[in-house]
Amino acid sequence: MPKPISQTRKAFFKGAAHALSFFVVIVPFAMLFGVLSAEAGLGPWETQIFFVAVFAGASQLAALQLMQDQAPVLVILATGLAVNLRMMMSSVALTPHLGAAPLGIRATIAYFPVDQRFALSLAEFDKNRSQSVAEKVAYFFGTVTPITAVWNVSTAVGAHLGRAVPDSWGLDFAMPITFVGMTAAMLTTLPHAVAMAVSVAVTLALWAMPYGTGLLVGAAAGMAAGAITEAWRARA
Amino acid sequence: MIDRPTFWLVVVVLGGGTYLIRLSFLGLLGNRPLPLWLVRALRYTAVAVLPALVAPAILWPPATEDAPDPVRLGAIAVTVLAGVLTRNMIAAIGAGGAAFYLLPMVLAAT
Repeated sequence: MPKPISQTRKAFFKGAAHALSFFVVIVPFAMLFGVLSAEAGLGPWETQIFFVAVFAGASQLAALQLMQDQAPVLVILATGLAVNLRMMMSSVALTPHLGAAPLGIRATIAYFPVDQRFALSLAEFDKNRSQSVAEKVAYFFGTVTPITAVWNVSTAVGAHLGRAVPDSWGLDFAMPITFVGMTAAMLTTLPHAVAMAVSVAVTLALWAMPYGTGLLVGAAAGMAAGAITEAWRARA
Repeated sequence: MIDRPTFWLVVVVLGGGTYLIRLSFLGLLGNRPLPLWLVRALRYTAVAVLPALVAPAILWPPATEDAPDPVRLGAIAVTVLAGVLTRNMIAAIGAGGAAFYLLPMVLAAT
């Protein structure tokens, strides 16, 4: 019978191995954030602190753009937090697996970004074999350790390259393509498509509203439209 | 140019708020189910916020002095198509990026 410590070590390395598949997404995404931050006039250290404090790529990019557009600070914060609200679902998904860990561990876990795919992999683990909380915690830290390292390094590389990228590369359009690509890959159901269409239509219609507030109204309308469409389909 | 006091305020509040969102259930609310209406709204936050944020820059790009640009519109169409077909974010962004650089050549040749 192996000692528990080797079981948790095994879980840690298993998590680290699973993290490799995330690098394809993280490296370009983090570099893009670094480059765009530099173009926006942030120094490498400011960029890195911004990243370490928030650690949520899409909301960082959103906040970056709105700050450049001189949007009111409340609009910037509301938009950035709205982008991250979906993480509440990951928090819910992790709770059955890691909720029994000590509060200090849970408070540490909460710092790291967890996407839906990762929460699913924990559930997948449960099917094969019931794991101890210690093993799941080890698996979690095994996953986020290389992810955090690669994310930090890629951000730093981007922040240093930043100003060397010439305007002719059209990097102004990197963010629209990134956000549209993320969204398009998420358009898996009719309510998702309705949410997107309503949000975009309302935001564009309200574009004349004081800067950025049309976006908040549009996003709220889109969320409501998605939820209503889902409820309506569930009843039908 | 980014206003520094605003920047630092965003760093602190967005960072703290994001942390609290992640901590919410795992750290504080525990193992209780979310109300259905909230699950439904949360599911659509990202698809509602992200495209609306960039829609104006797609239709009226600052780089072309707000004039609609066939290359940019074409690249976005390719991104959407690739994303919907492959359900893969990297494939969608890659296809859109490739279209953004290749379309000017195609348009120049015709």
